[in-house]
Amino acid sequence: MAKYEYIIQLGKELSPMNEAYRRDDLLIKGCQSRVWLHADYDGDRVVFTADSDAIITKGLVSLMIKVLSGQTAADIVEADLYFIDAIGLKEHLSPTRANGLVAMVKQMKLYAMALAAR
Amino acid sequence: MTHYDINSIRADFPILKTKVNGHPLIYLDNGATTQKPSVVIDAISAYYTQINSNVHRGVHHLSQVATDAYEVTRNKIRAFINAAHEHEVILTNGTTHGINLVSTCFGKEFIHAGDEIIITAMEHHSNIVPWQMLCEEREVVLKIVPINDCGELDLDTYRSLLNERVKMVAITYVSNTLGTLNPIKEIIALAHQYDAAVLVDAAQAIQHIPIDVRALDVDFLAFSGHKMYGPTGVGVLYGKEKWLDRMPPYQGGGDMIKEVTFEKTTYNVLPFKFEAGTPNIEAGICLGAAVDYITTVGLTNIAQYETELLKYATTQLADIDELRFIGTAAEKCSVISFLLNGAHPYDVGVILDKLGVAVRTGHHCTQPLMDRFGIPGTVRASLAMYNTKEDIDALTVAVKRAAQMLL
Repeated sequence: MAKYEYIIQLGKELSPMNEAYRRDDLLIKGCQSRVWLHADYDGDRVVFTADSDAIITKGLVSLMIKVLSGQTAADIVEADLYFIDAIGLKEHLSPTRANGLVAMVKQMKLYAMALAAR
Repeated sequence: MTHYDINSIRADFPILKTKVNGHPLIYLDNGATTQKPSVVIDAISAYYTQINSNVHRGVHHLSQVATDAYEVTRNKIRAFINAAHEHEVILTNGTTHGINLVSTCFGKEFIHAGDEIIITAMEHHSNIVPWQMLCEEREVVLKIVPINDCGELDLDTYRSLLNERVKMVAITYVSNTLGTLNPIKEIIALAHQYDAAVLVDAAQAIQHIPIDVRALDVDFLAFSGHKMYGPTGVGVLYGKEKWLDRMPPYQGGGDMIKEVTFEKTTYNVLPFKFEAGTPNIEAGICLGAAVDYITTVGLTNIAQYETELLKYATTQLADIDELRFIGTAAEKCSVISFLLNGAHPYDVGVILDKLGVAVRTGHHCTQPLMDRFGIPGTVRASLAMYNTKEDIDALTVAVKRAAQMLL
Protein backbone atom coordinates (compact mmCIF):
# COMPACT_ATOMS: atom_id res chain seq x y z
CA MET A 1 0.00 0.00 0.00
CA ALA A 2 2.91 2.33 0.77
CA LYS A 3 3.83 2.18 -2.91
CA TYR A 4 0.41 3.46 -3.88
CA GLU A 5 0.47 6.15 -1.24
CA TYR A 6 3.74 7.32 -2.84
CA ILE A 7 2.28 7.22 -6.36
CA ILE A 8 -0.74 9.23 -5.16
CA GLN A 9 1.65 11.70 -3.55
CA LEU A 10 3.55 12.03 -6.84
CA GLY A 11 0.25 12.66 -8.58
CA LYS A 12 -0.66 15.41 -6.15
CA GLU A 13 2.78 17.03 -6.57
CA LEU A 14 2.86 16.99 -10.38
CA SER A 15 3.24 20.54 -11.70
CA PRO A 16 -0.06 21.69 -13.10
CA MET A 17 -0.43 21.56 -16.84
CA ASN A 18 -1.24 24.64 -18.87
CA GLU A 19 -5.07 24.55 -19.19
CA ALA A 20 -4.71 25.23 -22.92
CA TYR A 21 -3.09 21.80 -23.33
CA ARG A 22 -6.01 19.89 -21.88
CA ARG A 23 -7.20 19.38 -25.45
CA ASP A 24 -8.73 16.29 -26.98
CA ASP A 25 -5.91 16.00 -29.52
CA LEU A 26 -3.42 15.69 -26.64
CA LEU A 27 -5.37 12.86 -24.99
CA ILE A 28 -3.68 9.49 -24.81
CA LYS A 29 -5.99 6.76 -26.03
CA GLY A 30 -6.47 3.51 -24.19
CA CYS A 31 -6.89 4.77 -20.65
CA GLN A 32 -9.93 4.27 -18.43
CA SER A 33 -9.06 7.71 -17.07
CA ARG A 34 -8.14 10.66 -19.24
CA VAL A 35 -4.46 11.55 -19.69
CA TRP A 36 -3.18 14.62 -21.50
CA LEU A 37 0.46 14.77 -22.54
CA HIS A 38 2.26 17.75 -24.07
CA ALA A 39 5.87 18.05 -25.24
CA ASP A 40 7.92 21.20 -25.62
CA TYR A 41 11.34 21.30 -27.14
CA ASP A 42 14.17 23.12 -25.36
CA GLY A 43 17.12 22.86 -27.74
CA ASP A 44 17.83 19.16 -28.11
CA ARG A 45 15.86 18.36 -24.96
CA VAL A 46 12.23 17.41 -24.57
CA VAL A 47 10.16 18.89 -21.75
CA PHE A 48 6.95 17.03 -20.92
CA THR A 49 3.91 18.26 -19.04
CA ALA A 50 0.90 16.10 -18.32
CA ASP A 51 -2.31 15.77 -16.40
CA SER A 52 -4.95 13.15 -15.65
CA ASP A 53 -8.34 13.10 -14.00
CA ALA A 54 -7.32 10.01 -12.00
CA ILE A 55 -4.71 10.55 -9.31
CA ILE A 56 -2.97 7.15 -9.56
CA THR A 57 -2.63 7.57 -13.31
CA LYS A 58 -1.33 11.06 -12.69
CA GLY A 59 1.21 9.66 -10.25
CA LEU A 60 2.41 7.17 -12.86
CA VAL A 61 2.69 9.96 -15.44
CA SER A 62 4.55 12.04 -12.91
CA LEU A 63 7.02 9.20 -12.43
CA MET A 64 7.66 9.00 -16.17
CA ILE A 65 8.07 12.76 -16.39
CA LYS A 66 10.59 12.74 -13.55
CA VAL A 67 12.64 10.23 -15.46
CA LEU A 68 12.24 11.38 -19.07
CA SER A 69 11.50 15.11 -19.08
CA GLY A 70 14.51 17.29 -19.78
CA GLN A 71 16.47 14.45 -21.39
CA THR A 72 17.77 14.56 -24.93
CA ALA A 73 15.50 13.22 -27.64
CA ALA A 74 18.02 10.47 -28.42
CA ASP A 75 18.15 9.34 -24.78
CA ILE A 76 14.37 9.24 -24.52
CA VAL A 77 14.03 7.18 -27.67
CA GLU A 78 16.69 4.77 -26.40
CA ALA A 79 15.49 4.69 -22.77
CA ASP A 80 15.13 1.21 -21.31
CA LEU A 81 12.48 1.58 -18.64
CA TYR A 82 13.54 -1.47 -16.65
CA PHE A 83 13.01 0.49 -13.43
CA ILE A 84 9.22 0.18 -13.75
CA ASP A 85 9.64 -3.54 -13.35
CA ALA A 86 12.31 -3.16 -10.68
CA ILE A 87 10.10 -1.05 -8.42
CA GLY A 88 7.21 -3.48 -8.69
CA LEU A 89 4.95 -1.64 -11.11
CA LYS A 90 5.29 -4.24 -13.84
CA GLU A 91 1.56 -4.98 -13.83
CA HIS A 92 1.03 -1.45 -15.08
CA LEU A 93 3.22 -2.15 -18.11
CA SER A 94 0.97 -4.82 -19.54
CA PRO A 95 -0.63 -3.48 -22.73
CA THR A 96 -4.03 -4.64 -21.51
CA ARG A 97 -4.02 -2.50 -18.38
CA ALA A 98 -6.56 0.28 -18.44
CA ASN A 99 -4.20 2.95 -17.14
CA GLY A 100 -2.37 3.33 -20.43
CA LEU A 101 1.17 3.54 -19.05
CA VAL A 102 2.38 1.73 -22.13
CA ALA A 103 0.54 4.15 -24.41
CA MET A 104 1.96 7.00 -22.38
CA VAL A 105 5.58 5.86 -22.78
CA LYS A 106 5.03 5.21 -26.47
CA GLN A 107 3.68 8.73 -26.94
CA MET A 108 6.64 10.24 -25.06
CA LYS A 109 9.04 8.35 -27.31
CA LEU A 110 7.11 9.47 -30.41
CA TYR A 111 7.46 13.11 -29.38
CA ALA A 112 11.19 12.56 -28.86
CA MET A 113 11.50 10.83 -32.22
CA ALA A 114 9.72 13.73 -33.92
CA LEU A 115 12.30 16.09 -32.45
CA ALA A 116 15.23 13.87 -33.32
CA ALA A 117 14.02 13.75 -36.93
CA ARG A 118 14.08 17.51 -37.33
CA MET B 1 -37.35 -18.63 3.96
CA THR B 2 -35.96 -22.14 4.08
CA HIS B 3 -32.47 -22.46 5.54
CA TYR B 4 -29.94 -20.80 3.27
CA ASP B 5 -26.69 -22.59 3.94
CA ILE B 6 -24.22 -19.95 2.84
CA ASN B 7 -21.19 -21.91 4.05
CA SER B 8 -22.06 -24.93 1.99
CA ILE B 9 -22.79 -22.72 -1.03
CA ARG B 10 -19.40 -21.02 -0.68
CA ALA B 11 -17.70 -24.39 -0.40
CA ASP B 12 -19.14 -25.25 -3.83
CA PHE B 13 -17.16 -22.42 -5.48
CA PRO B 14 -13.44 -23.36 -5.31
CA ILE B 15 -12.18 -19.99 -6.60
CA LEU B 16 -13.53 -18.20 -3.53
CA LYS B 17 -10.60 -19.61 -1.54
CA THR B 18 -8.16 -17.56 -3.66
CA LYS B 19 -5.94 -14.93 -2.09
CA VAL B 20 -5.34 -11.64 -3.92
CA ASN B 21 -2.47 -9.36 -2.97
CA GLY B 22 -2.21 -11.18 0.34
CA HIS B 23 -5.91 -10.76 1.14
CA PRO B 24 -8.76 -13.24 0.81
CA LEU B 25 -10.57 -12.64 -2.47
CA ILE B 26 -13.74 -10.59 -2.04
CA TYR B 27 -15.43 -11.11 -5.38
CA LEU B 28 -18.00 -8.40 -6.07
CA ASP B 29 -17.78 -8.23 -9.86
CA ASN B 30 -20.60 -10.69 -10.45
CA GLY B 31 -22.36 -8.39 -12.91
CA ALA B 32 -19.38 -8.92 -15.23
CA THR B 33 -19.28 -12.66 -14.69
CA THR B 34 -20.08 -15.07 -11.87
CA GLN B 35 -17.82 -17.77 -10.50
CA LYS B 36 -18.58 -21.43 -11.23
CA PRO B 37 -19.58 -24.15 -8.80
CA SER B 38 -17.70 -27.47 -8.79
CA VAL B 39 -20.61 -29.22 -10.48
CA VAL B 40 -20.14 -27.00 -13.55
CA ILE B 41 -16.35 -27.32 -13.53
CA ASP B 42 -16.66 -31.10 -13.16
CA ALA B 43 -19.22 -31.25 -15.96
CA ILE B 44 -16.75 -29.53 -18.30
CA SER B 45 -14.10 -32.09 -17.48
CA ALA B 46 -16.60 -34.94 -17.79
CA TYR B 47 -17.71 -33.67 -21.19
CA TYR B 48 -14.20 -33.87 -22.60
CA THR B 49 -13.26 -37.12 -20.90
CA GLN B 50 -16.47 -38.99 -21.67
CA ILE B 51 -18.71 -37.64 -24.44
CA ASN B 52 -16.89 -35.11 -26.63
CA SER B 53 -18.44 -35.35 -30.08
CA ASN B 54 -20.28 -33.15 -32.55
CA VAL B 55 -24.01 -32.73 -32.13
CA HIS B 56 -26.97 -33.21 -34.48
CA ARG B 57 -24.79 -34.96 -37.05
CA GLY B 58 -23.42 -38.40 -36.38
CA VAL B 59 -25.15 -41.73 -36.09
CA HIS B 60 -22.32 -43.01 -33.94
CA HIS B 61 -22.69 -43.54 -30.22
CA LEU B 62 -20.80 -40.51 -28.86
CA SER B 63 -22.54 -38.11 -31.19
CA GLN B 64 -25.87 -39.42 -29.96
CA VAL B 65 -24.82 -39.01 -26.34
CA ALA B 66 -23.53 -35.47 -26.90
CA THR B 67 -26.66 -34.51 -28.84
CA ASP B 68 -28.89 -35.89 -26.11
CA ALA B 69 -26.96 -33.99 -23.43
CA TYR B 70 -27.13 -30.78 -25.47
CA GLU B 71 -30.87 -31.16 -25.93
CA VAL B 72 -31.32 -31.97 -22.23
CA THR B 73 -29.89 -28.51 -21.47
CA ARG B 74 -32.37 -26.94 -23.86
CA ASN B 75 -35.19 -28.61 -22.01
CA LYS B 76 -33.80 -27.59 -18.62
CA ILE B 77 -33.74 -23.98 -19.79
CA ARG B 78 -37.25 -24.29 -21.15
CA ALA B 79 -38.41 -25.41 -17.73
CA PHE B 80 -36.26 -22.80 -15.96
CA ILE B 81 -37.99 -19.91 -17.78
CA ASN B 82 -41.27 -21.78 -18.24
CA ALA B 83 -41.30 -21.52 -22.04
CA ALA B 84 -44.09 -23.40 -23.80
CA HIS B 85 -41.81 -25.25 -26.23
CA GLU B 86 -38.21 -26.42 -26.35
CA HIS B 87 -37.90 -25.06 -29.88
CA GLU B 88 -38.49 -21.55 -28.56
CA VAL B 89 -35.13 -21.81 -26.78
CA ILE B 90 -32.29 -20.83 -29.13
CA LEU B 91 -28.80 -21.50 -27.82
CA THR B 92 -26.58 -18.54 -28.68
CA ASN B 93 -23.12 -17.53 -27.57
CA GLY B 94 -24.41 -14.84 -25.23
CA THR B 95 -26.86 -11.99 -24.67
CA THR B 96 -25.27 -9.77 -27.31
CA HIS B 97 -25.64 -12.53 -29.91
CA GLY B 98 -29.31 -12.98 -28.98
CA ILE B 99 -30.13 -9.29 -29.30
CA ASN B 100 -28.30 -9.01 -32.62
CA LEU B 101 -30.18 -12.04 -33.92
CA VAL B 102 -33.50 -10.38 -33.11
CA SER B 103 -32.54 -6.93 -34.41
CA THR B 104 -31.37 -8.52 -37.67
CA CYS B 105 -34.00 -11.20 -38.30
CA PHE B 106 -37.06 -9.63 -36.68
CA GLY B 107 -35.90 -6.36 -38.22
CA LYS B 108 -35.79 -7.83 -41.75
CA GLU B 109 -39.28 -9.21 -41.56
CA PHE B 110 -41.21 -6.77 -39.39
CA ILE B 111 -39.49 -3.36 -39.19
CA HIS B 112 -39.62 -0.99 -42.14
CA ALA B 113 -38.86 2.63 -43.05
CA GLY B 114 -40.88 5.01 -40.90
CA ASP B 115 -41.35 2.48 -38.09
CA GLU B 116 -40.13 3.14 -34.57
CA ILE B 117 -38.12 1.25 -31.95
CA ILE B 118 -38.15 2.17 -28.26
CA ILE B 119 -35.23 1.58 -25.93
CA THR B 120 -34.38 3.24 -22.61
CA ALA B 121 -31.72 5.58 -21.24
CA MET B 122 -30.25 2.80 -19.08
CA GLU B 123 -29.48 0.21 -21.78
CA HIS B 124 -26.16 -1.58 -22.12
CA HIS B 125 -24.40 -0.82 -25.42
CA SER B 126 -25.47 -4.34 -26.50
CA ASN B 127 -29.08 -3.22 -26.41
CA ILE B 128 -28.41 0.13 -28.10
CA VAL B 129 -26.00 -0.44 -30.95
CA PRO B 130 -27.83 -3.33 -32.73
CA TRP B 131 -30.97 -1.16 -32.90
CA GLN B 132 -29.01 1.88 -34.01
CA MET B 133 -27.50 -0.18 -36.81
CA LEU B 134 -30.97 -1.28 -37.87
CA CYS B 135 -32.25 2.30 -37.72
CA GLU B 136 -29.41 3.57 -39.90
CA GLU B 137 -29.90 0.78 -42.41
CA ARG B 138 -33.61 1.23 -42.96
CA GLU B 139 -34.66 4.71 -41.85
CA VAL B 140 -36.26 3.57 -38.65
CA VAL B 141 -36.60 5.97 -35.72
CA LEU B 142 -35.05 5.18 -32.34
CA LYS B 143 -36.91 6.61 -29.33
CA ILE B 144 -35.44 6.69 -25.82
CA VAL B 145 -37.41 6.41 -22.58
CA PRO B 146 -35.75 8.80 -20.11
CA ILE B 147 -35.04 8.13 -16.42
CA ASN B 148 -35.29 10.24 -13.28
CA ASP B 149 -32.35 11.10 -10.99
CA CYS B 150 -32.88 7.91 -8.98
CA GLY B 151 -32.47 5.85 -12.15
CA GLU B 152 -36.14 4.88 -12.56
CA LEU B 153 -37.86 4.83 -15.93
CA ASP B 154 -40.25 7.66 -16.75
CA LEU B 155 -43.29 5.53 -17.52
CA ASP B 156 -45.46 8.51 -18.49
CA THR B 157 -43.04 9.34 -21.29
CA TYR B 158 -42.95 5.67 -22.23
CA ARG B 159 -46.76 5.65 -22.60
CA SER B 160 -46.63 8.80 -24.72
CA LEU B 161 -43.98 7.27 -27.02
CA LEU B 162 -46.14 4.24 -27.83
CA ASN B 163 -48.12 4.25 -31.07
CA GLU B 164 -48.87 1.93 -34.03
CA ARG B 165 -45.52 2.72 -35.69
CA VAL B 166 -43.62 1.18 -32.76
CA LYS B 167 -42.64 -2.36 -33.77
CA MET B 168 -40.16 -3.19 -31.00
CA VAL B 169 -39.56 -2.21 -27.39
CA ALA B 170 -36.12 -3.39 -26.23
CA ILE B 171 -35.42 -2.98 -22.55
CA THR B 172 -33.25 -4.31 -19.80
CA TYR B 173 -34.87 -6.14 -16.88
CA VAL B 174 -32.17 -5.01 -14.43
CA SER B 175 -29.76 -2.16 -15.17
CA ASN B 176 -26.18 -3.44 -15.08
CA THR B 177 -24.97 -0.03 -13.92
CA LEU B 178 -27.73 1.23 -11.60
CA GLY B 179 -29.30 -2.00 -10.40
CA THR B 180 -32.76 -0.65 -11.21
CA LEU B 181 -35.34 -3.43 -11.46
CA ASN B 182 -37.75 -2.33 -14.19
CA PRO B 183 -41.52 -3.01 -14.12
CA ILE B 184 -41.20 -5.32 -17.10
CA LYS B 185 -44.65 -6.85 -16.92
CA GLU B 186 -46.37 -3.48 -17.13
CA ILE B 187 -44.01 -2.32 -19.89
CA ILE B 188 -44.77 -5.45 -21.93
CA ALA B 189 -48.53 -5.14 -21.45
CA LEU B 190 -48.46 -1.51 -22.59
CA ALA B 191 -46.40 -2.35 -25.70
CA HIS B 192 -48.80 -5.15 -26.62
CA GLN B 193 -51.71 -2.70 -26.68
CA TYR B 194 -50.02 -1.34 -29.82
CA ASP B 195 -48.95 -4.77 -31.12
CA ALA B 196 -45.30 -3.92 -30.55
CA ALA B 197 -43.03 -6.84 -29.68
CA VAL B 198 -40.86 -6.64 -26.58
CA LEU B 199 -37.29 -7.89 -26.16
CA VAL B 200 -36.05 -8.10 -22.59
CA ASP B 201 -32.32 -8.10 -21.88
CA ALA B 202 -32.23 -10.40 -18.87
CA ALA B 203 -28.44 -10.63 -18.56
CA GLN B 204 -28.54 -9.11 -15.06
CA ALA B 205 -31.84 -10.71 -14.00
CA ILE B 206 -31.79 -14.40 -14.86
CA GLN B 207 -29.38 -15.28 -12.00
CA HIS B 208 -31.23 -13.18 -9.41
CA ILE B 209 -34.99 -13.49 -9.84
CA PRO B 210 -37.38 -16.18 -11.05
CA ILE B 211 -38.48 -15.48 -14.63
CA ASP B 212 -41.58 -16.95 -16.24
CA VAL B 213 -41.71 -15.95 -19.90
CA ARG B 214 -45.35 -16.94 -20.24
CA ALA B 215 -46.48 -15.03 -17.16
CA LEU B 216 -44.56 -11.99 -18.47
CA ASP B 217 -45.91 -12.60 -21.98
CA VAL B 218 -42.50 -11.44 -23.24
CA ASP B 219 -41.76 -11.86 -26.96
CA PHE B 220 -37.99 -12.26 -26.70
CA LEU B 221 -35.71 -12.77 -23.71
CA ALA B 222 -31.91 -12.87 -23.96
CA PHE B 223 -29.34 -13.88 -21.36
CA SER B 224 -25.80 -15.24 -20.92
CA GLY B 225 -24.60 -18.49 -19.36
CA HIS B 226 -21.48 -17.08 -17.74
CA LYS B 227 -23.43 -14.61 -15.63
CA MET B 228 -25.57 -17.43 -14.20
CA TYR B 229 -22.76 -19.61 -12.82
CA GLY B 230 -22.36 -21.40 -16.14
CA PRO B 231 -19.61 -21.52 -18.76
CA THR B 232 -18.56 -18.63 -20.98
CA GLY B 233 -19.54 -18.75 -24.64
CA VAL B 234 -23.13 -19.90 -24.35
CA GLY B 235 -26.30 -17.91 -23.97
CA VAL B 236 -30.00 -18.18 -24.57
CA LEU B 237 -32.48 -16.40 -26.74
CA TYR B 238 -36.06 -17.23 -25.95
CA GLY B 239 -38.53 -16.21 -28.63
CA LYS B 240 -42.21 -16.81 -29.09
CA GLU B 241 -42.83 -19.42 -31.76
CA LYS B 242 -45.15 -17.06 -33.64
CA TRP B 243 -42.25 -14.66 -34.25
CA LEU B 244 -39.41 -17.16 -34.67
CA ASP B 245 -41.37 -19.10 -37.30
CA ARG B 246 -41.81 -16.05 -39.47
CA MET B 247 -38.29 -14.64 -39.03
CA PRO B 248 -35.62 -15.42 -41.67
CA PRO B 249 -32.48 -17.29 -40.50
CA TYR B 250 -29.60 -15.33 -38.97
CA GLN B 251 -26.48 -17.01 -40.34
CA GLY B 252 -26.22 -19.59 -43.07
CA GLY B 253 -24.29 -22.80 -42.60
CA GLY B 254 -24.45 -26.31 -41.25
CA ASP B 255 -27.29 -27.48 -39.00
CA MET B 256 -29.65 -24.69 -40.05
CA ILE B 257 -30.59 -26.25 -43.39
CA LYS B 258 -33.09 -28.83 -44.49
CA GLU B 259 -31.88 -29.19 -48.05
CA VAL B 260 -29.19 -27.39 -50.00
CA THR B 261 -28.87 -27.27 -53.76
CA PHE B 262 -27.07 -24.55 -55.70
CA GLU B 263 -30.45 -23.32 -56.89
CA LYS B 264 -32.29 -23.15 -53.59
CA THR B 265 -31.80 -23.93 -49.93
CA THR B 266 -34.63 -24.73 -47.58
CA TYR B 267 -34.21 -24.14 -43.89
CA ASN B 268 -34.36 -26.41 -40.92
CA VAL B 269 -37.13 -26.22 -38.32
CA LEU B 270 -36.90 -24.32 -35.04
CA PRO B 271 -34.67 -23.97 -33.13
CA PHE B 272 -32.01 -25.24 -35.59
CA LYS B 273 -32.89 -22.58 -38.18
CA PHE B 274 -31.12 -20.10 -35.88
CA GLU B 275 -28.23 -22.32 -34.86
CA ALA B 276 -25.90 -22.41 -37.84
CA GLY B 277 -22.54 -24.11 -37.43
CA THR B 278 -21.13 -26.25 -34.65
CA PRO B 279 -22.22 -24.65 -31.38
CA ASN B 280 -20.20 -24.37 -28.18
CA ILE B 281 -21.22 -27.91 -27.23
CA GLU B 282 -19.28 -28.14 -24.00
CA ALA B 283 -20.65 -24.83 -22.70
CA GLY B 284 -24.17 -25.68 -23.85
CA ILE B 285 -24.19 -29.02 -22.04
CA CYS B 286 -22.59 -27.61 -18.89
CA LEU B 287 -25.01 -24.70 -18.74
CA GLY B 288 -27.48 -27.41 -17.81
CA ALA B 289 -25.40 -28.15 -14.70
CA ALA B 290 -25.53 -24.47 -13.76
CA VAL B 291 -29.31 -24.40 -14.17
CA ASP B 292 -29.56 -27.50 -11.95
CA TYR B 293 -27.38 -25.85 -9.34
CA ILE B 294 -29.47 -22.67 -9.27
CA THR B 295 -32.66 -24.71 -9.13
CA THR B 296 -31.36 -26.77 -6.21
CA VAL B 297 -30.51 -23.67 -4.16
CA GLY B 298 -33.77 -22.14 -5.37
CA LEU B 299 -34.07 -18.79 -7.14
CA THR B 300 -36.66 -17.58 -4.65
CA ASN B 301 -34.21 -18.28 -1.82
CA ILE B 302 -31.41 -16.61 -3.73
CA ALA B 303 -33.54 -13.54 -4.46
CA GLN B 304 -34.52 -13.22 -0.81
CA TYR B 305 -30.94 -13.65 0.41
CA GLU B 306 -29.50 -11.19 -2.10
CA THR B 307 -32.18 -8.59 -1.37
CA GLU B 308 -31.20 -8.69 2.32
CA LEU B 309 -27.53 -8.43 1.42
CA LEU B 310 -28.13 -5.51 -0.93
CA LYS B 311 -29.99 -3.72 1.84
CA TYR B 312 -27.14 -4.39 4.25
CA ALA B 313 -24.54 -3.17 1.75
CA THR B 314 -26.48 0.00 1.05
CA THR B 315 -26.76 0.78 4.76
CA GLN B 316 -23.08 0.08 5.43
CA LEU B 317 -21.79 2.16 2.53
CA ALA B 318 -24.20 5.01 3.26
CA ASP B 319 -22.15 5.63 6.41
CA ILE B 320 -19.23 6.89 4.34
CA ASP B 321 -19.64 10.67 4.09
CA GLU B 322 -17.86 11.16 0.78
CA LEU B 323 -19.77 8.36 -0.92
CA ARG B 324 -22.53 9.07 -3.40
CA PHE B 325 -24.76 6.31 -4.76
CA ILE B 326 -25.50 6.33 -8.48
CA GLY B 327 -28.83 4.56 -8.86
CA THR B 328 -31.20 4.78 -5.92
CA ALA B 329 -34.35 3.30 -7.42
CA ALA B 330 -36.98 1.96 -5.01
CA GLU B 331 -36.79 -1.44 -6.71
CA LYS B 332 -33.23 -2.66 -7.09
CA CYS B 333 -31.41 -5.91 -7.69
CA SER B 334 -27.83 -6.98 -6.96
CA VAL B 335 -25.97 -3.85 -8.10
CA ILE B 336 -24.54 -0.96 -6.08
CA SER B 337 -22.85 1.80 -8.05
CA PHE B 338 -21.14 4.66 -6.29
CA LEU B 339 -18.56 7.40 -6.48
CA LEU B 340 -16.30 8.89 -3.86
CA ASN B 341 -16.68 12.62 -4.28
CA GLY B 342 -13.53 13.97 -5.89
CA ALA B 343 -11.99 10.58 -6.66
CA HIS B 344 -11.90 8.96 -10.08
CA PRO B 345 -13.54 5.50 -10.09
CA TYR B 346 -10.36 4.04 -11.58
CA ASP B 347 -8.34 5.14 -8.54
CA VAL B 348 -10.87 3.62 -6.16
CA GLY B 349 -10.82 0.36 -8.14
CA VAL B 350 -7.02 0.12 -7.96
CA ILE B 351 -6.95 0.63 -4.17
CA LEU B 352 -9.77 -1.88 -3.67
CA ASP B 353 -7.90 -4.43 -5.77
CA LYS B 354 -4.81 -4.01 -3.60
CA LEU B 355 -7.03 -4.92 -0.64
CA GLY B 356 -8.36 -8.03 -2.40
CA VAL B 357 -11.74 -6.55 -3.35
CA ALA B 358 -12.77 -7.11 -6.97
CA VAL B 359 -15.20 -4.53 -8.32
CA ARG B 360 -15.80 -3.06 -11.74
CA THR B 361 -14.95 0.54 -12.53
CA GLY B 362 -15.71 2.59 -15.60
CA HIS B 363 -18.74 3.26 -17.75
CA HIS B 364 -19.97 -0.38 -17.69
CA CYS B 365 -20.79 -0.19 -21.42
CA THR B 366 -23.48 2.38 -20.68
CA GLN B 367 -21.90 5.61 -21.90
CA PRO B 368 -25.20 7.41 -22.63
CA LEU B 369 -26.23 6.68 -19.03
CA MET B 370 -22.96 8.13 -17.71
CA ASP B 371 -23.60 11.24 -19.81
CA ARG B 372 -27.09 11.43 -18.28
CA PHE B 373 -25.54 11.60 -14.80
CA GLY B 374 -22.61 13.77 -15.97
CA ILE B 375 -19.98 11.37 -14.62
CA PRO B 376 -17.06 9.49 -16.24
CA GLY B 377 -18.03 6.17 -14.66
CA THR B 378 -18.80 4.52 -11.35
CA VAL B 379 -17.41 1.94 -8.99
CA ARG B 380 -19.76 -1.04 -9.13
CA ALA B 381 -20.15 -3.81 -6.60
CA SER B 382 -22.50 -6.55 -7.81
CA LEU B 383 -23.68 -9.45 -5.69
CA ALA B 384 -24.14 -13.15 -6.26
CA MET B 385 -25.61 -15.97 -4.20
CA TYR B 386 -22.25 -16.70 -2.48
CA ASN B 387 -21.50 -13.21 -1.17
CA THR B 388 -21.74 -12.55 2.56
CA LYS B 389 -22.08 -9.72 5.05
CA GLU B 390 -18.36 -10.24 5.72
CA ASP B 391 -17.71 -9.47 2.03
CA ILE B 392 -19.67 -6.26 2.42
CA ASP B 393 -17.75 -5.36 5.58
CA ALA B 394 -14.47 -5.90 3.74
CA LEU B 395 -15.74 -3.71 0.88
CA THR B 396 -16.75 -0.98 3.32
CA VAL B 397 -13.36 -1.01 5.05
CA ALA B 398 -11.60 -0.91 1.68
CA VAL B 399 -13.70 1.99 0.42
CA LYS B 400 -12.97 3.90 3.63
CA ARG B 401 -9.28 3.25 3.12
CA ALA B 402 -9.53 4.46 -0.49
CA ALA B 403 -11.30 7.62 0.66
CA GLN B 404 -8.55 8.22 3.19
CA MET B 405 -5.82 7.78 0.59
CA LEU B 406 -7.40 9.60 -2.31
CA LEU B 407 -9.30 12.53 -0.83
